[in-house]
Amino acid sequence: MARVKFLCDADRCIECNACVTACKNANEVPWGINRRRVVTINDGRPGERSVSMACMHCNDAPCAAVCPVDCFFTTADGVVLHSKDLCIGCGYCFYACPFGAPQYPKLGNFGSRGKMDKCTYCSGGPEGADGSAAEFAKYGANRMAEGKLPLCAEMCSTKSLLAGDGEIIARIYRERVLKRGYNSGSWGWQTAYQETINV
Amino acid sequence: MLIKRSHAIAQKNHLQSALGALSSGPLDRRAFLRRAGFTAGAVGLAGLPLGSVKRAQAAAANPAISVTTVKSVCTHCSVGCSVIAEVQNDVWVRQEPAFDSPINRGSHCAKGASVREIVKGARRLRTPMKLVDGQWQKITWDTAIDEISAKLLKIRQDQGPDSVFWLGSAKFSNEGAYLFRKMAAFWGTNSADHQARICHSTTVAGVANTWGYGAMTNSYNDIRNSKTMIIMGGNPAEAHPVSLQHILTGKELNRANLVVIDPRFTRTAAHATDYIRIRPGTDIPTIYGILWHVFENKWEDTTFIAQRVYGMDDVRREVAKWTPEEVQKVNGVPGEQLKRVAYMMTHEKPATLIWCMGATQKTVGTANVRAYCILLLATGNVGAPGTGANIFRGHCNVQGATDAGLDVTSLPFYYGLAESAWKHWARVWEVDYDYLLSRFDDKKMMELPGIPTTRWFDAVLSKKEDLDQRNPLRAMLVFGHGGNTVTRMPEMVKGLEALDLLVVADPHPTTFAVVSERKNNTYLLPIATQFETKGSRTASNRSIQWSDRVVPPIWESKDDYEVMYRLAAKLGFADKMFKNIKVENNVPLAEDITREINRGAWSTGYTGQSPERLKAHMANQDKFDLVTLRGKGGDVDGDTYGLPWPCWGTPEQKHPGSHILYNTNQHVKDGGGTFRARFGVERNGVTLLAEGSYSLGSEIKDGYPEVTLGVLKKLGWDGDLTPAERAVIDKIGGATPDTVSWATDLSGGIQRVCIAHGIVPYGNAKARANAFNLPDPVPVHREPIYTSRPDLVAKYPTMPDYRSFRMTNIGGTVQKRAVDLGVVKSFPIVLTSGRLVEYEGGGEETRSNPWLAELQQDMFVEINPADASARGIRDGQMVWVTGAESNSKARVKAQVTERVGPGVAFMPFHFAGWFMGVDQRGKYPKGADPIVLGESVNALTTYGYDPVTAMQETKVTLCQIATAV
Repeated sequence: MARVKFLCDADRCIECNACVTACKNANEVPWGINRRRVVTINDGRPGERSVSMACMHCNDAPCAAVCPVDCFFTTADGVVLHSKDLCIGCGYCFYACPFGAPQYPKLGNFGSRGKMDKCTYCSGGPEGADGSAAEFAKYGANRMAEGKLPLCAEMCSTKSLLAGDGEIIARIYRERVLKRGYNSGSWGWQTAYQETINV
Repeated sequence: MLIKRSHAIAQKNHLQSALGALSSGPLDRRAFLRRAGFTAGAVGLAGLPLGSVKRAQAAAANPAISVTTVKSVCTHCSVGCSVIAEVQNDVWVRQEPAFDSPINRGSHCAKGASVREIVKGARRLRTPMKLVDGQWQKITWDTAIDEISAKLLKIRQDQGPDSVFWLGSAKFSNEGAYLFRKMAAFWGTNSADHQARICHSTTVAGVANTWGYGAMTNSYNDIRNSKTMIIMGGNPAEAHPVSLQHILTGKELNRANLVVIDPRFTRTAAHATDYIRIRPGTDIPTIYGILWHVFENKWEDTTFIAQRVYGMDDVRREVAKWTPEEVQKVNGVPGEQLKRVAYMMTHEKPATLIWCMGATQKTVGTANVRAYCILLLATGNVGAPGTGANIFRGHCNVQGATDAGLDVTSLPFYYGLAESAWKHWARVWEVDYDYLLSRFDDKKMMELPGIPTTRWFDAVLSKKEDLDQRNPLRAMLVFGHGGNTVTRMPEMVKGLEALDLLVVADPHPTTFAVVSERKNNTYLLPIATQFETKGSRTASNRSIQWSDRVVPPIWESKDDYEVMYRLAAKLGFADKMFKNIKVENNVPLAEDITREINRGAWSTGYTGQSPERLKAHMANQDKFDLVTLRGKGGDVDGDTYGLPWPCWGTPEQKHPGSHILYNTNQHVKDGGGTFRARFGVERNGVTLLAEGSYSLGSEIKDGYPEVTLGVLKKLGWDGDLTPAERAVIDKIGGATPDTVSWATDLSGGIQRVCIAHGIVPYGNAKARANAFNLPDPVPVHREPIYTSRPDLVAKYPTMPDYRSFRMTNIGGTVQKRAVDLGVVKSFPIVLTSGRLVEYEGGGEETRSNPWLAELQQDMFVEINPADASARGIRDGQMVWVTGAESNSKARVKAQVTERVGPGVAFMPFHFAGWFMGVDQRGKYPKGADPIVLGESVNALTTYGYDPVTAMQETKVTLCQIATAV
């Protein structure tokens, strides 16, 4: 069984935000919720690097560890999903997540949160039939059920953001690093998957 | 723990069921907008008074209806990314990656990944509208066309045909652009222009005057072969993001140098191996600074220069003045940095030079481009894989619209405006030359370049005795063109207010509709996007891609073809104009227009790309090689992807198109070529033809002039023409058939015979380092009109005043006045402008797209920390930016960043809807206001025009910045 992962090759990311709008396009995510975004460090200075960030679907997901209602679930592919029926919008997962992935619709003026929303690896939700209307409305697209990868990675302008079987994308990255002779690291892999890609 | 379904297995029928079930709501755009939780200022769809609701009904898809897949092309930049649309019941329900396209391989940027939203159209213009005493009123199409055409005919009768300005679009398909130019011809004016004027007109002029054609010489894909890539005056990471896929892959695989030369440390520069910061407006000193090291160290390619370049010695004399000390004094770059670039370009070859609007949008735009070309020629980096002038054009079809002649100086496909050109197109169109002549004021006006889009308002506001036409402009028809795209907006607004008639035909109302205080005689026509019609578009690399219709025009939109046909019908020339184009239900058939182009565009090699061949390429994208773009197998075997022009001869001759221009390493029948013999055969006793250089397999092993029947006779090859071809030539030539050339022979026989003998129809000449017909035959540095270094003006002044494009250009006077008045003391910061990845052009369409608008919600100015702290400006604070003319000002957010150097400020050019501190949201037709509005940088930009093309100077002017309360 493949274990799917994300990998952002920071030497390729140009902060074009295709991943962000592709996610909106695939999942019809409303204004104000960004399941994926691009983070830039050293903006405007030599050493500027960008990296596309979303839920990394961690091995031992900290969000799941802190959830008081136990709404998280890891699929056989390694995708971390959560049930919006169980979620109470407490925000603990937001504090636990090292990547800032959980998002909350703002429901009122005094900070009350709606149910958490995050990247589903285009895998729909944990309950119901694959690709149903209800699933789409609640969780977004279910591309994985059709044998497709998340649209953010499929549409990445420079093939910086890779999605798929962790071993395959690690191999692609390793080949790139060998060819180019330098790398700025597989960002987030140590945190999410407790491993680095050795070249 | 929750129980998840067992496995995610690929099942073809999932999509079907998924999309079918969606009909109940999730993809319904009303539901989407309700959920979207738009904040203040962003009006939701519910309760919109205008337009029909047929789209919402169509959105209720029936699960029983199958999903169809349509392939189109992204409507934003010139890279030409394929888009795959999944359509159900005429609603675009999903967008999928186009992995087969050799250009984008599934990738998109933020804009391309969100094009599906365009045909949801929540903020599109829904019906024709007219302004009645300052209020927008809904009208029908019939009323709109009737009223507009009646007013046009009245203006024509009272003022003459030249009083109407036809502003077309780089968003047109090739067919639309061609039709628009044809319409202006039948109306009787040459004042028909489009965005190329303000993006790459100087490139087209500079490059064509150097080696023949005004276009990118190689391709995005071919950059993968480069060992040195210089990007100067361009930021493709934001403007052409998918091109970075090829650039960065090339950089990695070849361990190539990626040098960025720019006043701004751009997102592209962040990935460079070398970054060189120059003062804005010093491109020529920088190029000559590089060339100084090339010549000093004898690193130039002497064989290439001897065989293929004319006038390089004249350049040497100019370059000798640009010692490293002088260069550093002017542009601020130490000599060692430029020496390193000189070394790379001559020792780590092949090298390519990539440029965009940083080079072109200057008073010295044409000269800049010429200098860039000269650097490539001196180092022998043209006409081979990995080399070349890789000019990244702007809009999705700006190359095609330029080719199709949306240009005030030429008929379609660069034939010019001379009598012979008119006679050529009269033959293609099958109308009498005398009829066309009768449409103009007189023969002189028929052959005089028209009013350019950079200066149309000067032609409105001028006295008629100051213009080289009968009367000032009284009416303007704008198809697909933003109103915030040209400099001197305060003056432009006065021009708008003085017009008797303004027609804006666009998917969105655009800035033109709101920026002025017009109260009447203003019409908005809702036009379909390219996703709602079909046609071909030419990417920057000259590949032509056929785009199928994804959905029918939404709301009450109509496509360009239909609107032009209806207008032409009312204006009284539709029968002649559409003589050979089938029209059904008022909609002209796009394929017939393509075929008419094929029958006439011999000069540019747009003749072999029949609609059938183009469609075959789109259907067989997977068969093309990623680097060579060469097809393997099936119908497209041996073809180059998109049949990049020149694609010689008739479609039946099956020329594969030309991947790399001027490539002598290939046979012309495979797409090889030579520099074009466009400027005669000799000058002052020195030959202009190539010496000892020729394309592979050429039967003439030396230079040769362009081919006419007379030349064929001298070569003894005229017998190769078939009797039918010969009959056509004799008919065209009349008494002098020998003068019929490769460009005017409608049979294609001359081109066929040339290629059979391995020679290029346009001849084999030298490229010109000295372009003797231009104002500066060898480029010389000239300071910007509003320069931050007035001390250099005495030595490097701009052009003295002169007349061009029917008007006076007083750049010389303006510069002198600015220096004398010491404008730089009040406006000490250099202002430059550029693109953001999320937005495109004037930005109306992209700022109306919530997926994009959310990412860039504020207009801003980038200011260096040193300048900010001297003015007490904090990051994120509101500031006033003031311009050097017309008391112009803009209230924007400050972004304090080292991205710009000290003394330089940068503003993006996509914003409008605020003007000089005033919010104009209320002036948009209700519900059609873009989500994000902001001040336009062009409210601040100033006077200054290129002498060859009337390009505006947006990339370097002066401003002051102060905190706003």
